[in-house]
Amino acid sequence: MADIKLENITVAYGEKTVIDDFSLQVRDGECFAILGPSPCGKTTVLRAIAGFVKPQRGEVWIGSNLVSSKEKRIFIPPEKRNVAVVFQDYAVWPHMTVEENVYYPLKKRKVSKGESKKLVQEALTQVRMDGYAKRLPYQLSGGQQQRVALARSLVASNDLILLDEPLCNLDANLREEMRFEIKRLQEKTGVTIIYVSHDQDVALSIANRMAVLDRHGRIRQLGEPEELFKNPVDSYVYRFLGLSNFIPVELVEGKLYVQDETERIPFPYPPPLHLNRKAFFAACRPMNIRLSREGNLKGRLKRVIFLGNIYEYRVQLGKYEIRVQQDAFSASRNGVFKEGEICALTLKDPRYYEDVEEVSS
Amino acid sequence: MRAKVVRPISDLARKDGLKIDTGQILMIISAVILFITVALPMVMIIYNVFFYKGTFDWRLFAEILTHPDNLMAMWNTIKIAFLVTVFGTITGLFFAWLIARSDIPLKGLMKSLFTIPYMFPPFIGAMAWGLLLAPRSGYINKLYMALTGGNQPLFNINSVAGIIFVELCYYFPFVFIQVASALERMDPTLEESARIAGAGQLTVIRKITLPLVVPAIAAGAMLILISTLSHFGVPAILGFSNNIFTLPTKIYELIYKSAGSFEGIRQGASLSILLVLVVVLALALQRRILRAGRYDIIRGKSMRPMLIKLRHFKIPMLLVCLLFIAVIVLLPLVIIFLVGFLKAYGLPLKLEYMTVKNYQHVLFISKMARDAMKNSVVLSISAAIITMFVGTMIAYVIVKINPKGKGILEVLGLLPYSIPGIVLAVGVILTWSGSFKINLYNTFWIILIAYIARYMAFSLKSASASLEQVHNSLEEAARSCGASHFESLLDITLPLIRPGMIAGFFLIFLPAMRELTTSILLYGPFTRTLGVAIYAIKEEGNMVQASALSGIAILIIILGEMALRLVTRERRGK
Repeated sequence: MADIKLENITVAYGEKTVIDDFSLQVRDGECFAILGPSPCGKTTVLRAIAGFVKPQRGEVWIGSNLVSSKEKRIFIPPEKRNVAVVFQDYAVWPHMTVEENVYYPLKKRKVSKGESKKLVQEALTQVRMDGYAKRLPYQLSGGQQQRVALARSLVASNDLILLDEPLCNLDANLREEMRFEIKRLQEKTGVTIIYVSHDQDVALSIANRMAVLDRHGRIRQLGEPEELFKNPVDSYVYRFLGLSNFIPVELVEGKLYVQDETERIPFPYPPPLHLNRKAFFAACRPMNIRLSREGNLKGRLKRVIFLGNIYEYRVQLGKYEIRVQQDAFSASRNGVFKEGEICALTLKDPRYYEDVEEVSS
Repeated sequence: MRAKVVRPISDLARKDGLKIDTGQILMIISAVILFITVALPMVMIIYNVFFYKGTFDWRLFAEILTHPDNLMAMWNTIKIAFLVTVFGTITGLFFAWLIARSDIPLKGLMKSLFTIPYMFPPFIGAMAWGLLLAPRSGYINKLYMALTGGNQPLFNINSVAGIIFVELCYYFPFVFIQVASALERMDPTLEESARIAGAGQLTVIRKITLPLVVPAIAAGAMLILISTLSHFGVPAILGFSNNIFTLPTKIYELIYKSAGSFEGIRQGASLSILLVLVVVLALALQRRILRAGRYDIIRGKSMRPMLIKLRHFKIPMLLVCLLFIAVIVLLPLVIIFLVGFLKAYGLPLKLEYMTVKNYQHVLFISKMARDAMKNSVVLSISAAIITMFVGTMIAYVIVKINPKGKGILEVLGLLPYSIPGIVLAVGVILTWSGSFKINLYNTFWIILIAYIARYMAFSLKSASASLEQVHNSLEEAARSCGASHFESLLDITLPLIRPGMIAGFFLIFLPAMRELTTSILLYGPFTRTLGVAIYAIKEEGNMVQASALSGIAILIIILGEMALRLVTRERRGK
């Protein structure tokens, strides 16, 4: 178990600076997610902690040990950091059996044969792979290989495990199962986990705290998942964490209107107090918009798309198209709207931002 | 899990930031080895040609360059290379298409038969054709003259046309192999879509198939061109008696005539520069051609291509193939073995004139032949082992460590591909006969050094290919499990590339066993190689013993080739 401290680290590959003056603190025993589009340097942060890259500036601390500092001429190589890594492509050694793969870290740390056997067995049981000890990796599915990689990391370190997008090569069902598994193991063993991903779903579901990075490797917001989801500090974080509508609105004589040259559409919500300007954007997630027959904000329903568990609507509001989602349950209770109908939109606490930043991940 | 398996990170004292790491050490060693074996000989050639007794002097180069004999040799070189390339490409293309895309029977067998000339030493082939088609004594010519009653031979192999024919036999597989594999890997839907769109069979071949394999054809043709420009064996065996020289044989002759004097070597070096210039020109041409078209439509995966029905051409085409193989593969092979059994060269090929004495002689009595076999085996094995390891190390530096100067390593490592063997030999002589206080001339070591330089590119290519299959994260995973860089190399990377390394060993061992071009300039009285010994015995006029020794060389090569197939098959089976 260890807390991690990155202080003002800078990493550049040749001319290209990937992360610049980056600082982060991860608490002991925490599951911390680093979320960002690719590329944003999130993997580089991980590699700096693991010791696969040498930051040109700044310090990396693992627990009370300074493991990397250009200024103090300290660089502890990866094998001495006691940090386990689970790679995106699993990196299960193809020439070793499952058992040998998991045993390898113990062999390198010169743990006695008897105790190793017990630990390997334990780790394999924890990831539910105990029946596969003698198999070679090519006989395993992707999910099973990922479990082996996880077991190996559990054995390799009980301080810190770094996960580099470990689930992105798995199919949806397996991904869900594995993220549950990771969370369960983390709670059971108390190991510190840093999880890097571009997939906000996984991060939101397993992290105690998370950081959202932008394209330049800067942290835009850091906090608990719910906090981030509810109160994104800017439009970038807002858009990154889920589907969103951004409706341009303007303030005229203390009242809000949808920006539109041809029509005058009142936007029936109180204007924000924190923005000192006339025109800005109202943000709302499709799931937080309710459709009804009667209301103040009316639009024409352009399209209805059935997506199984949800209905998705495209509503024309002035010259803007608004995305609305309704779960199948409430749709069956309140009825499904038809294309061409006029319907009213009710937004659940819209948030206001000055701009709409591009997020492409 | 909670057991204390963790070792504290306490050795802060070993501030690793100060230490040179494994990667840097490997990088430095690689650079030094490549510099000494590859770069230095080339530098020495240029230095010795343009500097005489420490002062700049271009007169020798100008003199050599304008000498009519040398110009004639250059013209021959270009003429032969060009014609072999054209005819070799056509031949290779025709058979590749027939085997990959028609319903001709016995495909598997024919495919392996067509690759035989690839491993057969061309100079032994040239000897065999000499036995068959030498103007007076060749068996076919004698038969022809007996049949027609005239005294005009059917064909004189000791001519430019003869050289072209023999080189063609051994170099067309370059195009054959490249094109056949491209045709087999081509996505069949590309052709099928054209058929569906209404194109006829011939239109599909002309408009779809051919343009798609153009890159493969160009690559194969360029291999033929470069190889024939630098080729020594065939023109040496067939051309000398009629005063037909190419640049490589002229270089040899200049040095040989001067009995290895410094002046002779300087002249050879001047001509070497000329030869390299010609090759560089060809390479520049290749770049232009290859840049013209590059398609990714050929997939790595093998698919079932659409086969073209030959109908009533099936049997005639099969006969053409079999006849071709019989002529270019079996005929020379049989004649070499048979002449090896003859009591004396020129006797009819009848059982009553046969004896096993020649084989006995070269195997058990002739010290020269036995030494040559021993030298070749020892040299080839040591060169293969050293080159395999060094090549793997350099490939590791280039592929995995990826340092700043890796471009230089790559260029130096692959340079020997395009340096003619004879030029390399001249460079090695200039470097290792006392210029740097080390004189290895006439020793085993000078040949070994030359072999290492010559085959480095083979090893580098095959090792790079297997290393690229080993993803970086495999080694990094080992590092994070507590293995040092060196341990991760030993535990993870090496076991994973071992099959590739074994294949690489044979890829060096086999050509080294049949090597003639470099060893013929480097051998000393006690360091003849198999190729040199065969050449020497043949030059003495002892054709029967030369044939017997050739037969044995071929057997050794076939055994090695079988071992290679076994190794690579195992690898595929996994």
